Amino acid sequence: MSATVIRRSTPASIRVWEAQVVTVWRAWKSSALLSMLQPLVFLGGMGFGVGALVDERSGSTAALGGLGYLAFLGPALMATTAMQTATFEASYPVMDGFKWRRAFEAMTATPVAPRDVVNGMALWWASRILLGVTGVALVLAAIPTTRGWGLIPAALGATLCGMVFATAMGAWASTRESEASFAAVQRFIIIPLFLFGGAFYPVDSLPSALRPVAWITPLWHGVELSRGLTTSGITFAAACGHLAYLAVLTAIGYIICRITFHRRLTR
Amino acid sequence: MPVIAARSVHKSFGEFEAVRGVDFEVARGEFFGFLGPNGAGKSSLMRMIGCVSPVTSGELRIFDLDPNVDGAAIRSRMGVVPQTDNLDQELTLLENLVMYGRYFDIPRRECRDRARELLEFVQLADRADSRVEPLSGGMKRRLTIARSLMNRPELLLLDEPTTGLDPQARHVLWERLYRLKEQGVTLALTTHYMDEAEQLCDRLVVMDRGRIVAEGTPRGLIVEHSTREVLELRLLSTTPDDIAERLAPIGERVEVLPDRVLVYAHDGEAALASVHQLGIEPLASLVRRSSLEDVFLRLTGRSLVE
Repeated sequence: MSATVIRRSTPASIRVWEAQVVTVWRAWKSSALLSMLQPLVFLGGMGFGVGALVDERSGSTAALGGLGYLAFLGPALMATTAMQTATFEASYPVMDGFKWRRAFEAMTATPVAPRDVVNGMALWWASRILLGVTGVALVLAAIPTTRGWGLIPAALGATLCGMVFATAMGAWASTRESEASFAAVQRFIIIPLFLFGGAFYPVDSLPSALRPVAWITPLWHGVELSRGLTTSGITFAAACGHLAYLAVLTAIGYIICRITFHRRLTR
Repeated sequence: MPVIAARSVHKSFGEFEAVRGVDFEVARGEFFGFLGPNGAGKSSLMRMIGCVSPVTSGELRIFDLDPNVDGAAIRSRMGVVPQTDNLDQELTLLENLVMYGRYFDIPRRECRDRARELLEFVQLADRADSRVEPLSGGMKRRLTIARSLMNRPELLLLDEPTTGLDPQARHVLWERLYRLKEQGVTLALTTHYMDEAEQLCDRLVVMDRGRIVAEGTPRGLIVEHSTREVLELRLLSTTPDDIAERLAPIGERVEVLPDRVLVYAHDGEAALASVHQLGIEPLASLVRRSSLEDVFLRLTGRSLVE
């Protein structure tokens, strides 16, 4: 049999991404749609419910930087959605790739290399997070107090915030033999961040000892960025600071993924 | 130039040495086997040949290329059938093949054409659009073989392709593998079934505990390491310990296994007559030709399947 002529037309990482899209679309159609509903529930429940309560008390909007509660909370939900989508997509699907469906094993028997698997998954995480965040942004665009062109850079900033969680979770998942720890990560890291990361109230309302903790978490930077670009206003320097912080953490997570995926796929 | 050339190849996992220095060559168009029990190091060797697991020491060349440097180039010319199926159960047969073909950067349309053709080849064309999950074990194996052929490989690696299959399914699979050999594909297969190695392989190496203990054609190995026939005797559980000594003059060699005694002799029937003359009355007796199982027993003192 003559040698197969391999046409190098599509980069390997894109082909890994493509496979992920096909698989996920097939297997998790329903849950993907459901996950987009979750931020809407928060926006409706907290934004209108708690919002009505908060906005009635005149002092509150000052604490919220002069914003109504919906304008305060809404943009932050882009960052929290990014975080939650990321932690899901980088946990179970990664375990699936290594252990359950073992698609990564199938891929690396072909010219696809472990680094292509990481790059393809990173692309997948980014696109999946962006999709979730866009869903929230579209809803915010429909609400007069949160509408604005700032939603576009805010959605991208929130996606970068999500990538911090995706690469970290992906690296962790790639070293695990079972999904047992994922629920604990959700319970002890993601939910506390969700509650204390400045999405629902300003971090300044926290006891002063807790504030620095909030400041180092990536979520807080994502929340500040999304909110700043959309409703509360932000200086160029501050925006760059948040972006840089998130970019550095993403880069670290990505490098660790490269190492852990390579290690696991070349045993 | 051999398709695979290994010189003193080692593979260690921490303290554990899975492959302890193996040398062999596989020629183009050959059907080559690695026969050995579980834990002999066959799968580790396959993963090194498949360019997914780096060689710890020694030299391995495939298509005269170095797996450490040209892994992707080698893998693009090779097909792999892993020990455990890693098909996507949720997708259809056709989708599985197309997705796999895409990993080789084969254009989508071309993938679909090849997939249809290969489903025909493995006799699964009528199931093209059904999901993988309800397929039988034998069908899934055939699908995995079809998938491994998407890139029209020059070399096909099969890691225990028929483990867990019923005899009927095994024969269907063997027949397909013959066809590939006829088409000029070089095949390398691991197995712990001696009949599989005997049926399929032009040449094979017998592996035990990470080492190659013998190499040759199935027939040649039997001639070299065993007698033409074997007399199997089942004796009473109260068999005296000196049975081996008493039987020794009859055959060239006697092996006492937990459940039976094997007498290696050129003429099995004559050996059985001699057993009777000695006044030994076995519960059952069987005369058969020597197999690779006997070769393995001879070389290692253990059976292949335990």
